[in-house]
Amino acid sequence: MTLEIGITSIIAGLIGGLFLALIRLYGSGPVPFVAKIYIDVFRSIPLLVLLIVVYYALPFVGIRFSPFVSAVVALTLVSSAYTAEIFRAGIEAIPHGQFEASQALGLSGRHMMIDVILPQAIKIVIPPLTNNCINVLKDTALASVVAMPDLLKQATQAQALSANPTPLIGAALIYVALLWPLVSIVARLEKRFGGEKRS
Amino acid sequence: MSPLIQITNLKKAYGIFTVLHGINLDIAEGEVVCVIGPSGSGKSTLIRCINRLEAFSSDSSIVVDGVTVGPGKALAKVRAEVGMVFQSFNLFPHLTVLKNVMLAPMRVRGTKPADAERKARELLARVGISEQAEKYPGKLSGGQQQRVAIARALAMEPKVMLFDEPTSSLDPEMVGEVLDVMKKLAGTGVTMVVVTHEMGFARQVADRVIFMDGGRIIEQGTPSEIFDNPKEERTRGFLRAVLNH
Repeated sequence: MTLEIGITSIIAGLIGGLFLALIRLYGSGPVPFVAKIYIDVFRSIPLLVLLIVVYYALPFVGIRFSPFVSAVVALTLVSSAYTAEIFRAGIEAIPHGQFEASQALGLSGRHMMIDVILPQAIKIVIPPLTNNCINVLKDTALASVVAMPDLLKQATQAQALSANPTPLIGAALIYVALLWPLVSIVARLEKRFGGEKRS
Repeated sequence: MSPLIQITNLKKAYGIFTVLHGINLDIAEGEVVCVIGPSGSGKSTLIRCINRLEAFSSDSSIVVDGVTVGPGKALAKVRAEVGMVFQSFNLFPHLTVLKNVMLAPMRVRGTKPADAERKARELLARVGISEQAEKYPGKLSGGQQQRVAIARALAMEPKVMLFDEPTSSLDPEMVGEVLDVMKKLAGTGVTMVVVTHEMGFARQVADRVIFMDGGRIIEQGTPSEIFDNPKEERTRGFLRAVLNH
């Protein structure tokens, strides 16, 4: 369950984040401003608070999600805000000359993004993106508050039954086992993409 | 015959600082025009307006091959017909040399990959870097990179080639190889507008030399008119400063 919530939220967050970053940078009229408000709000709201709002408060206005959907919605809302900022930083790190060269060749805005800017930007943002993914996976632990049978919830219940902390320690070890490989992948990616110079 | 590029009353300002004071300039098909002048004279801005990398005042007009350069749909059409070579090359670092040259024809003109590749290899041979086709731009010297940039622009078969100080960021020993490619190109009848500090190149290759200062065209004429017999005091002062050192 932990992995399912995490992976769904990560994928949705990546798509949402890229979309938000693009409309924040290139949207017309009030669109960039709205995107900025969204990003700022969801970066400042604590995930636990949002989770409780989605699961316990929204039913009062007639919106009722299952625990799984609640957790995914809350995680995605927050993760896409962070991801958007990561993508934006990546796109802004691309030298202005790359945009000018694309425009001078007559490439459309879409082709400029797909063929020239994003491939370079994504390379830059892979390490921070992977970090963000790890955070999302860790935050799935919070889903236990909305009655999700996630790892932490199950461990707490097991502890209540057995009256000793072994299940909790076991759960902690499982989290580490899940996340350790990811953390070391980040370190390797940082080395690979950070050290490479192609000017 | 109407000129290929028609620039009328071109004005451009950054805030209160005026860069171009109403430039009028016609460039004929096949003409090689070199624009010279001190730094900050507006010569780069002038050619960057031709494909509207710089926006300009709305009462100005630039027409390229019958199409008005303005915001909107027609701009893509103009840009496809106007090639540009930058001072800082601006090659795409994540693509091989070959892919750099192939990209725009495939995406903008819809050329098939096989045709685009054949054309790209032909152009790379023409600028003398066939052996580097599979390498990434970062592995090439500055002079080689600039020659790739010229091939990349030529791949669109543009009606006009704009050069914005193409040799200014090169090591001295690499300037020659890029100028040689440009000389060969000028011989093929391509319309060229070249902003440059290479007076030798301007004298040898240009059909017309334009001297700019303070956002205005001060004087223009054949190379020998400008270099051997400049009429304006400012032109003389500039040439004295760059030629005698």
